[in-house]
Amino acid sequence: MSNVLINNCETCPAHNIGNLIKLGINMENFDFVVALAGNPNTGKSTVFNALTGLKQHTGNWPGKTVTRAEGGFSFNNKKFKLVDLPGTYSLLSTSTDEEVARNFVLFGQPDVTVIVVDSTRLERNLNLVLQVLEITNRVVLCLNLIDEAKRHNIIIDDRKLSKDLGIPVVPTSARQGEGINELLKKIHEVATGTFVCKPYKIKTESKQVNKAVLKLKEKLLRAFPKLPNVNWVALRLLEGDQEIINAIRSGDLGSLERDNSLPVLEKQA
Amino acid sequence: MEKIDSTYRESIIRDAIALRWEIGENFHDSLMESIYKDATEITAHSVSINNKQNKYTFDQKLDKIVTSRTLGFPIMFIVLAVVFWITIIGSNVPSNMLASVLIDKVHPWLKELAVSISTPLWISGLLIDGAYLAMAWVISVMLPPMAIFFPLFTLLEDFGYLPRVAFNMDNLFRKAGAHGKQALTMSMGFGCNAAGVIATRVIDSPRERLIAIITNNFALCNGRWPTQILIATIFIGGAVPGYLAGIASAGAVVGVALFGIVLSLVVSWGLSKSVLKGEASTFSLELPPYRPPRILQTLYTSLIDRTIIVLWRAIIFAVPAGLVIWLVSNVTIEGVSLAQYFINWTNPFGLLLGLNGVILLAYIIAIPANEIVIPTILMLTVLTLGLNNVGAGNGVMFELNSVNATADVFKAGGWTLLTGINLMLFSLIHNPCSTTIYTIYKETGSLKWTTVSALLPVVMGFIITFFVAQLWRIFVK
Repeated sequence: MSNVLINNCETCPAHNIGNLIKLGINMENFDFVVALAGNPNTGKSTVFNALTGLKQHTGNWPGKTVTRAEGGFSFNNKKFKLVDLPGTYSLLSTSTDEEVARNFVLFGQPDVTVIVVDSTRLERNLNLVLQVLEITNRVVLCLNLIDEAKRHNIIIDDRKLSKDLGIPVVPTSARQGEGINELLKKIHEVATGTFVCKPYKIKTESKQVNKAVLKLKEKLLRAFPKLPNVNWVALRLLEGDQEIINAIRSGDLGSLERDNSLPVLEKQA
Repeated sequence: MEKIDSTYRESIIRDAIALRWEIGENFHDSLMESIYKDATEITAHSVSINNKQNKYTFDQKLDKIVTSRTLGFPIMFIVLAVVFWITIIGSNVPSNMLASVLIDKVHPWLKELAVSISTPLWISGLLIDGAYLAMAWVISVMLPPMAIFFPLFTLLEDFGYLPRVAFNMDNLFRKAGAHGKQALTMSMGFGCNAAGVIATRVIDSPRERLIAIITNNFALCNGRWPTQILIATIFIGGAVPGYLAGIASAGAVVGVALFGIVLSLVVSWGLSKSVLKGEASTFSLELPPYRPPRILQTLYTSLIDRTIIVLWRAIIFAVPAGLVIWLVSNVTIEGVSLAQYFINWTNPFGLLLGLNGVILLAYIIAIPANEIVIPTILMLTVLTLGLNNVGAGNGVMFELNSVNATADVFKAGGWTLLTGINLMLFSLIHNPCSTTIYTIYKETGSLKWTTVSALLPVVMGFIITFFVAQLWRIFVK
């Protein structure tokens, strides 16, 4: 049955315990789960270490992390579980390491996804950011390696970027530990719902595609009324993504539904 | 609300398939295009570049040199050779110091202690002559080279040089019918083959991933570098005039490592032309910017992450191996120990390969960890010498306190330059350690491919050492 009470409790953890356990995440003693995503070699592992205080070896080396690493930290009396995902350029391809990242963000429904980008290569990195914004709307952008960008005379207006993308943007230099406190604050704000993201959505120009997506969305919403990322699911379905097809066939896609999905999404046309 | 059943869900899938035909093939491209377009727009809005001057001059200049067609490979060889040369020169003295403390002082002291508290002979033999000595050998033989080699290698990694190595080589791998990213997974294998095997997840195509997994073993791993360095120091360094010893032995180690790369290319080529046929897929490799390595942190993490972990693993495996060695050399049937039986039985075969029965037995005992090959060989050699009345007890090491003394044991065991060379080759080309084999099984989920990955290198090792031995005997001896 689906007569769901709209849950307005903004401080409620949004994570989907059932799926997280399926993905092997032990959520005992944690209030929120935070995923760390980004292109390869943008310093995700360094950010991970800076946030958790762990000293894993980080390499100047794309593809250093191919499996998930986990750690935890607490901030403002809330306990966060941090999951470091393998670096990926896109969520649209099919290699195992990219699937790990995609499935986690899609099926794990982390409370916050932090995307770490290389500030000196922002444009290329934004491709992934835009794709993640299609899947989840609780995102913090970490503009890492900002010191390197400065050295190369690249100036990034983080407030403008934040406005354009509709998510918090924090410049950091994780190697030096700069900006980590601000990042913690933003993670906390998004996790608790103090900051409500209004993520940028990709504009497809082809009328045919828009029509097809609209049609599929309608059908999908009838089967899974509270699907938060229906737009993206429809797009993937059009592409013939086998995993999405399987999830629809088995009805598992329903477990992605979220009772406290933000109303913003439903207005996306 | 209508009931949502599986028929309805199937209809969604059917609709999607029908719609896919309507919107045409270039849907994926047009989606990617719009993503790129949006990314460009957003970037243009918030990013400005202050200075028109080219901002990557240093990186670009350096990249032009280290990835150039003519200089790329020579620079790679020189960098590797320098790293090994520093390791070889630097580890000699601390190695001797550790051995003199752990083996010359602590070992007799432990024995005396055991006698004074009247421990039964077999217990003190098992624990002190077996387990303790194996551990002491692992520490004194392996700790110094690791403590020098790993930080140097990690500094290169941090600086950003390793991806350039991969960049230099990816074309070769593509020509061999493998995935260009195999150059990356191979470089990971230089640290640890199990890690290298896991790293092959970056390769999309199952065919190319299998090739990368099977050939990863040809990248010399942490456990085998010390063996290479020690044997090269003794046999190659010993075969040339003293002032050339360091350079010659470093050169030999680089040579073996390069031979491993060649083998992994040749085997990849062979596999992609036979059982794993197919086209090489394309990919893009991003060269990360050079970053000044943080020296102190690198020292710290490479000590914690690599040196201590590898050493710990070696010790964990050395202790039971020490027990096994002591047992096989002290359990006797009609006055002849089990080890002696095996060594006598395999010796003819070993000699055919330019090796000997001791080395073959050591490689069986050391399947769990390559790290303990050298200590095992040493202990077993002394054992066979002991039975020939050359001065040491069963499975017990005496008075070996330096690289020179180690060399004396080998030479007394009938080793020649050929034995040294073939041991270096066999150390490169033999079955992966049990951890790697298990990782291969987990990653491939296939018993068949795990068996292939485990047996192919051993068979190749036998063949190559056999031919080297025969040629050596014809031309050198």
